[in-house]
Amino acid sequence: MRRPASIRRRLLLQGIGVAALLALVLYLAVRGVAGAAIQTVQDSVLGTATVVIAEELRGGADGISVDIPYAAFSMLGAVGEDRVFYRILVGDQTVTGYPDLPLPDVVPGLTPAFYTVPYQDAQVRVGAVGRSVLVDGNRVDVTVLLGQTRTAQAVISAQMANRAAGLGLGIFALAAVLALISARSVLAPVHDLALAVGRRGPQDLRPVRRAVPRELVPLVAALNGLIARLRSALDRTESFITEAAHHVRTPLATVRMQTEVALRQATDDATRASLRNVIRAVDNAARSTGQMLDHASVIYRSDQPTQDALDLAVVLRDLVGQMAPTADMRDMAFVLDLPVGPVPLSADRLLLESALRNLLDNALKYGTADTDIEVALTSDGCVTVCDRGRGLGGGGAAALTGRFARGDNVGDVVGSGLGLSIVRDAARACGGTFTISPRPGGGTCATLHLPLR
Amino acid sequence: MRDLALALALTLTLIGGLFARPALAFEIEEVATFGAGAQVVSVLSTTDAAVFAPVIAGYLETRPDLTVRYTVANSQQVYAAIAGDGAAFDLVISSAMDLQMKLANDGAARAFDGGGVLPDWARWRDRLFAVAQEPVVMIARRADFAGLPLPQSRADLVALLRDNAERFAGRIGTYDPAGSGAGYLFATQDARQSDSAWRLSEVAGSLHPQLYTASAAMIDDVQSGRLALAYNVLGSYAAARPDPGMVVIQPADFTHVLLRTALVPVTSTDPAAGAGFLSFLLSPQGQALLADAGLPPVSDTTITAAPQLRPIRLDPGLLVYVDPMMRQKFLTEWTAAVVQP
Amino acid sequence: MRFLLVEDTPDLGQAVLDRLTLDGHGVDWARSLAEAEAHLAVSSYDLILLDIMLPDGDGRDFLAAHRRVPRDTPVIVMTARAGVSDRVALLDTGADDYVTKPFDFAELEARVRAVLRRRGGTAQTQVIYADLVFDPLGGTVAVGGDVRDLRNRELRLLEILMAGPGRIFSKGHLHDRLLSASEAVSDNAIEVYVGRLRKKLSGSAARIETVRGVGYRLTQG
Repeated sequence: MRRPASIRRRLLLQGIGVAALLALVLYLAVRGVAGAAIQTVQDSVLGTATVVIAEELRGGADGISVDIPYAAFSMLGAVGEDRVFYRILVGDQTVTGYPDLPLPDVVPGLTPAFYTVPYQDAQVRVGAVGRSVLVDGNRVDVTVLLGQTRTAQAVISAQMANRAAGLGLGIFALAAVLALISARSVLAPVHDLALAVGRRGPQDLRPVRRAVPRELVPLVAALNGLIARLRSALDRTESFITEAAHHVRTPLATVRMQTEVALRQATDDATRASLRNVIRAVDNAARSTGQMLDHASVIYRSDQPTQDALDLAVVLRDLVGQMAPTADMRDMAFVLDLPVGPVPLSADRLLLESALRNLLDNALKYGTADTDIEVALTSDGCVTVCDRGRGLGGGGAAALTGRFARGDNVGDVVGSGLGLSIVRDAARACGGTFTISPRPGGGTCATLHLPLR
Repeated sequence: MRDLALALALTLTLIGGLFARPALAFEIEEVATFGAGAQVVSVLSTTDAAVFAPVIAGYLETRPDLTVRYTVANSQQVYAAIAGDGAAFDLVISSAMDLQMKLANDGAARAFDGGGVLPDWARWRDRLFAVAQEPVVMIARRADFAGLPLPQSRADLVALLRDNAERFAGRIGTYDPAGSGAGYLFATQDARQSDSAWRLSEVAGSLHPQLYTASAAMIDDVQSGRLALAYNVLGSYAAARPDPGMVVIQPADFTHVLLRTALVPVTSTDPAAGAGFLSFLLSPQGQALLADAGLPPVSDTTITAAPQLRPIRLDPGLLVYVDPMMRQKFLTEWTAAVVQP
Repeated sequence: MRFLLVEDTPDLGQAVLDRLTLDGHGVDWARSLAEAEAHLAVSSYDLILLDIMLPDGDGRDFLAAHRRVPRDTPVIVMTARAGVSDRVALLDTGADDYVTKPFDFAELEARVRAVLRRRGGTAQTQVIYADLVFDPLGGTVAVGGDVRDLRNRELRLLEILMAGPGRIFSKGHLHDRLLSASEAVSDNAIEVYVGRLRKKLSGSAARIETVRGVGYRLTQG
């Protein structure tokens, strides 16, 4: 599997690459400059020594007097331990020194000329000085060649190269560390931005307002554009669902109301039965769409539930209050048993209300008319809803909480089969558990266990 | 003695011919053979075989498979043997630093990588190595300095000789630079070190000095009373012959330290053998044996402890007075100064 | 009772209007928020039935504005929005109650009663027949001063019968009005409720008479 490309690694590698290149350039430059500097120093020493020897050449009545100053040779040993060769010529006759030391290509003057020749198995740097001396009144050309091997230069160059390499390595190491730090700091805003966006809740579709470096502005702008589009898409979806519900439910309401009016006025039994069937069908359709909407919203919210601080007792009491008129219609009543004091919990209010409402709704629908529904809440967060209804039927509890699953004994009651599924999913999203069991003496007990704060 | 040695050398040379060696054109003083091993190490040296015998014996104890053939010649001959004749020796030991330097500079020495034990001033590159260091001293006969202060420096000596010309006339001895390689080296080093050396030469010259070719002879004559003072004598010879009537003086202005140096010549037929012996000489054991033989070991601490000691530097400067023209010029000037009519 | 119906869908508005009129209520029908404001300016109502999506605005805005002025006419919202979040939001904006379209008219009546009862009964709702004093809002009937509580279905049954004393209501008609079309009931359910109501009315001059083969009627004497 390919790993995604890493900007940090790329920055790091580029930084290190540049550092390596710079270190190499530095190394070569230092080595080159140092080599040239050593060459220059050695040439100047060599040249000075050559000039000194040449100046000590004296003409006399009986020939040339050679006086090589001890220091002239000795100073050549100052830079390093190199072999020394010399040759002194009068005209083209060698008077002393190494007669086979090669001559320069050009006739040298008072300023030393330097050249490198192979001599005695080594590369020898030679300084050459030429001057004229009067011998017995005649002008005679003398040439002094002073040669030196380059061992010391090589040694010093190697030392310099080592130091340059050390310097280069040091700079490289420093630059690598700096590259690491800089890659980290350069990417810090990206990291922070990712954290900030990642921390957002599911409903938080506000645009990102963080101050970011200029380079990240287009990214944030694009992100905000995406968020805006997402929000408008969600808004559109929501308003579409709302519109759809409206467009379905309003005509249904019209049909139902008109049917009811017609039912009031009908005298024929057959007509009335048909009208009642119409009302049944309308109720069935309305209930199904409503529960599907609820179920979708429970599933959507389950991914990222909000944490609202709620009092379970208050929520339950309000819900029971809202549903009491509906219960009353069937001469049924909720018998509410609440603990003394609040039952605080932290949960998504809509999920919790969905669970409880469907629980109560189920009890109302399947409970027998003229019976009570006992709703109990304990201080440890356990909601029990018990009815005196027809019970669970043949499938048992597990079969009933499946999506669109209905008991085998409820064919005569309008229902979608989603109610218990909504309760189960919503309870799970709240961190709770949902169980349903037959009630001794007939009926059903549904228990919702919610974790308290 | 010298003749005897020469005769012996000639004899041995003839015998050497039996070993299919080319006849040697240089002048040999002595050839001695030590040990009976199959492998032969040929050493060419300026030091008497008697002095070196214990050192060689010590080496053979560790290497009984060797035979050491020890050939003695004077320093000029040693140089000529290697530079001129290309004689096949495995190790060359000489007190003539300038000539040894010339050999090394001119590429006659092989590289040897065991010189790291030596201080920097005691070697030149990986070619030339000091095996012993010897101060160059004055020896005074105590009896002749009665009532006079012993000279502590060349300036003292100049003043003393000038003020007591009668007492020291004809009784000053020194090397003949023309006849002795060591003497030539000491004289040229004196000449480059200070003007006082030239003044000394002139003052001494006015006293008709005796000229020698060996330190031993000078010491003999001081002991016998023929000389009142010997100048530029190898300190090791004096130390080997202690005498209460004799005072060894290291001049306080500067005391040359001669380095007895060794190199493995390129002409060697068995350079590993030469290098092996050189390693032994530089080892603590070898240095101790040399010290016992009267050849002081190379020591940095000795030099730093005594500020007047100045080792003659192994640098290209030594080549200057090896130059034939320079030699001739120097000897002419020296003779003019010292040998006065 | 006087209702203000705010509903822009003509068919539905007409049907609700018809249904309320059938029960003898007075209804003004506003088809927009502007019309509703106009009606409210000149008349007073016992209850407002408010649709949410109207051509000239959102019923919730109307509700918020309505709650800001000191009018205490209760409001029941008729909404097509059936989601949990919509229900929560509706009650938060100050509606007294709501019904989700399509709604059972009986449930609407029950909620209206509950709302009015909660508000303390602004309307004169007592109905008197013979020695019966019926308070549908309070859910009681007094027989010669003896107040008896009625259960919901008994109450509604009595309400139907007292709306036309002497008139015969068929069993089918009572069935349709008392029992939800969506619920399963036994065949003798009406007999059961009539039996119960008779017990509650015992000792009264008024009685529920069975007209064999036709239905029931309220008579006295």
